[in-house]
Amino acid sequence: MSVASAVLRRVAAGIVVLWAAATAAYLALLAAPGDMVDSIIGDGADTPQIRAEVIAEWRLDRPALVQYLDYLWRAVQGDLGRSYLLQRPVADVVGAQVWPTLKLAIAAAVFGSLLAVILAVAIRRPWARRFSSTAELVMVSTPPFLIGIVLLSVFSFQFGLFPVSGDRGFAALVLPAVTLGLPIAGLLAQVLRDGLDRALDEPFAVTARARGLRERSVLARHALRHALLPAVALAGWTFGVLIGGSVIIEQVFGRPGLGQVALQAVSAGDMPVVIAVVVLAATVFVVVNTLADLAGLLIDPRLRRS
Amino acid sequence: MTLALTRPVTGRLRLRTRPRPGLAVAAVFLALILTAVAWPSLFGGDPLAADPLNVLQAPSARHWFGTDQLGRDVFDRVVHGARHSLSIGVAATLIATSTGILLGLLAGLGHRYADEAFSRTFDALSAFPIVLLALLFIAVAGTGTTSLIVAIGVALTPHYARVVRAQTFVVRRAAYVTHAVAFGASRPRLVVRHVLPNVLGPIPVIAVIGLGEAVLIAAGLSFLGLGPQPPSPEWGAMLSEGRGYLHIAWWASVLPGLVVTATIISLTALGRHFQRRFEGRTA
Amino acid sequence: MIEVENLRVSFKLPGRVVEAVRGVDLRIAAGECVAIVGESGSGKSVTARSLVGLAGPSSTVTADKLEIDGADARGYTSRDWRRVRGRFAGLILQDALVSLDPLRTVGAEIGEVLRVHGIGDRRDRPQRIQQLLTDVHLPEPERRVRQHPHQLSGGLRQRALIASAIAGEPRLLIADEPTTALDTTVQAQILKLLAERRTAGEALLLISHDLAVVSRLADRILVMKDGRVVETGTTRRLLTASGHPYTKELIAAASGRRRVSDTEPGPVVAEASALRKVYADRTVVRGVDLTIHRGEIVGLVGESGSGKTTVAQLLFGLIEPTSGHVRFEGQQFSGVPERARRPLRRRLQFIAQDPLSAFDPRWTVRRIVGEALGRGEPVEPVLIRVGLDPDLLDRYPRQLSGGQRQRVAIARAVAPRPSLIICDEPVSALDVSVQAQVLDLLAEIRRDDGTALLFISHDLGVIRDLADRVLVMHDGRVVEQGPVQAVFDHAGHHYTRTLLAAVPKLEVPA
Repeated sequence: MSVASAVLRRVAAGIVVLWAAATAAYLALLAAPGDMVDSIIGDGADTPQIRAEVIAEWRLDRPALVQYLDYLWRAVQGDLGRSYLLQRPVADVVGAQVWPTLKLAIAAAVFGSLLAVILAVAIRRPWARRFSSTAELVMVSTPPFLIGIVLLSVFSFQFGLFPVSGDRGFAALVLPAVTLGLPIAGLLAQVLRDGLDRALDEPFAVTARARGLRERSVLARHALRHALLPAVALAGWTFGVLIGGSVIIEQVFGRPGLGQVALQAVSAGDMPVVIAVVVLAATVFVVVNTLADLAGLLIDPRLRRS
Repeated sequence: MTLALTRPVTGRLRLRTRPRPGLAVAAVFLALILTAVAWPSLFGGDPLAADPLNVLQAPSARHWFGTDQLGRDVFDRVVHGARHSLSIGVAATLIATSTGILLGLLAGLGHRYADEAFSRTFDALSAFPIVLLALLFIAVAGTGTTSLIVAIGVALTPHYARVVRAQTFVVRRAAYVTHAVAFGASRPRLVVRHVLPNVLGPIPVIAVIGLGEAVLIAAGLSFLGLGPQPPSPEWGAMLSEGRGYLHIAWWASVLPGLVVTATIISLTALGRHFQRRFEGRTA
Repeated sequence: MIEVENLRVSFKLPGRVVEAVRGVDLRIAAGECVAIVGESGSGKSVTARSLVGLAGPSSTVTADKLEIDGADARGYTSRDWRRVRGRFAGLILQDALVSLDPLRTVGAEIGEVLRVHGIGDRRDRPQRIQQLLTDVHLPEPERRVRQHPHQLSGGLRQRALIASAIAGEPRLLIADEPTTALDTTVQAQILKLLAERRTAGEALLLISHDLAVVSRLADRILVMKDGRVVETGTTRRLLTASGHPYTKELIAAASGRRRVSDTEPGPVVAEASALRKVYADRTVVRGVDLTIHRGEIVGLVGESGSGKTTVAQLLFGLIEPTSGHVRFEGQQFSGVPERARRPLRRRLQFIAQDPLSAFDPRWTVRRIVGEALGRGEPVEPVLIRVGLDPDLLDRYPRQLSGGQRQRVAIARAVAPRPSLIICDEPVSALDVSVQAQVLDLLAEIRRDDGTALLFISHDLGVIRDLADRVLVMHDGRVVEQGPVQAVFDHAGHHYTRTLLAAVPKLEVPA
């Protein structure tokens, strides 16, 4: 019915966006400087025979359109090609580094959202709000690497509470997750607070108070759901910050992960790996965004109408 | 009419806030930064002058921000770095706003199919996290200042395009456009007299906030070594170099970092202030 | 039950203090119906909300006496107020679409009241909720319980809101503009429901801008203006022997006044024949014929969804009819390219309900009205003509009051000397006293310029006051038409009669 069709429509839109993103990435591959054969050979020996072998191996002799369709078809099956540099399947190279990044992203997202909800819901007095909103502005505007560097110099170098680099144990996760979570907490808290203020101004909040509800219940049972809507819509953005931020955070804290892989690949011109990371990120983005849309449907029945 | 009583009370509270000292500080700070961009030698000496006898000195009267691993004065480098970092941000924002306005108007005023095609493209581009999109672009075009500028410009374009497109739709359907039709206004006349001013009016304010973001991304990318190459003083790159000496010389990275942060906060705070003023005027 | 003396409420805004209520005395006895009537900004809502401690954020409430249910409420803590709210007094606001939480089901909203006040136990609450919905005559209560406000029509929503207000079995119902957003016939039903509640023993405090609406129900009326009660008395005394000029003004506005003209209708200005408009799956207009003569005011009346606004858009050439055609000043006006309409455009003008959105927010009054005039024609005389101070020329419309804005809209419409002005609910958003002034102005323009008006409204009273002829629309068709007097006196169609019967009239109780 209407709910099912609304879900289908969003999933379909997600697939279209994904296809366009994969195509854009492929265009980037084509636009990469120099001959693809040169890139693959890199610093290795370069003879006509090796060139011919490379062309045969990568099947570069086929028409561009066929190669494009082949790329899409293989991408759907999870085959992202081979790394020029490492001569290993890209899926392996990337796959080995997904977990550290995912761990960091999840920890940061959980920390950031919790902090945001606490800031927005608990701090309602005017003077505390002024302080809190200034703090949020600072959190949103501070480059993550600065937060990381400050935290490192205080907690790791001064007090030696947390390891300086690496990814061993929970302690190594704390500072990176806090660093990555703070900007998210800052923006989400602003959006949530704004949503709460708006909702508490609405006539239905007056009606709820007139029923004898405590202000706390009006907030929790009525206003919070309304405030969640714009916050949930930011899920895609949050994810972008997490991924983009993790590239930098991994560098600051010397952690392994997708960011390191991407960075090395960019400096080495290893396009299949760059593209794999980018397409993977886009895929997760689309999934997250679609889920957020569906969560929106769940929260707001008005959106279920076509 | 009944509800009017509770709403404007809080609405006005939000609009007519007292002049805040924070804003004045932000404005003064930005003015200083702009002076540093225009005339760096006013504040500081040679950012490249190494002094091997005075490496990693703590902040002092002579070296306000201390010295780095080559004995260069960190304050001088921050002052000279302002030109690099801000011009990257400004150039990227100019690219993003101009392309964004053009594409947004084409989508908003064009045929339904054109709109559909443009919107899907924006959607697809927004699916890439901005930093990764910039990385992809740099992978294709190589590292360097120009490529950094274009990368950030391209990555931020969909944002402006969407704002312009959405605003165009609002204005196109506004009742005052209908009324202009009642006076026999032709389509080009409508666009010039109503749509363009109302769509483009808010853009400068949005661009100020966006400039903060562009500076933030630029600093991040050059922190990763993808921007201007050493020894040229650039904020992000300075932090990256300083990171290696963090355990013995926090000032070489933290103090430049604070200047970056202050710049971005000032831009964002001023931008939001103007935005609130603007909304108060048109709402 | 309620005794208030010298109630004062002020709001602290940045830099100034606004006194919304300046010394109001109010007494409500058990089972009594008291009404407060006033225009926007009179302080009537704030007064009512103060009785349940909800005057609003940053408000200061003082009173010499504030007795609620026999107890002094002046020192009430929020905990004390919560016992009053919902249990002693239920609050009903305008438009349930926003007054009920749009994200929750009707059942959850009503159940909340029961839960908060611990009425009944968990198991029999669903039963109770259904009973409440039955009490307010909501059809199919089993299904409605699970529906959200947006899935109900305006009238049903308002019934659900009333059900939630009476769920705590309060002895007092405070209804703040309970029928303002509703169609006339639905309004009548909701008023009937409120009367029923009163018979059931609940006292009623009715807040309205419309004297006619409350005159049916109220035992006593308080007239408020600028935060003060200007006059109070039994409904009968107030309506028959009012002492205060402001009350007289309100009574005059509510009783209406014919603005007839002896101008003879001239040649045909616009005509529509067999207009039909079909959207994808809905037929909105089903064959409408309409002729407007020079110097004539034609009223087009109907409830929301009747298709009257679509007819206006068709006549105005904003949308193309699916079939049928429109002629304006003897020329084809529908089915032609916009270029062909352009030379005629200035002869056909439009006034909308919400004038603010009809002005470019970046334009001043001077530029808005100037655009309607020829090059070099002065703007001031037009403003003076519509009763606006030329000092307002360089203001932006958002800086003007609602009445002033509508005058600017009228100035813009009459400036090019059109032969026809289409007015879509032009006075519906205005206070009654301002309404009367705007209607006077429109009548004057017709008399002086011979401009024809097509006046669209849901309000039969306004149509009766202004129009020469009336067309009644229902479900996309014109079900009745004729001279205003004839239609009002001897309505032929049953729908017209229902509509007429539902119009709130000043009723003096015997």
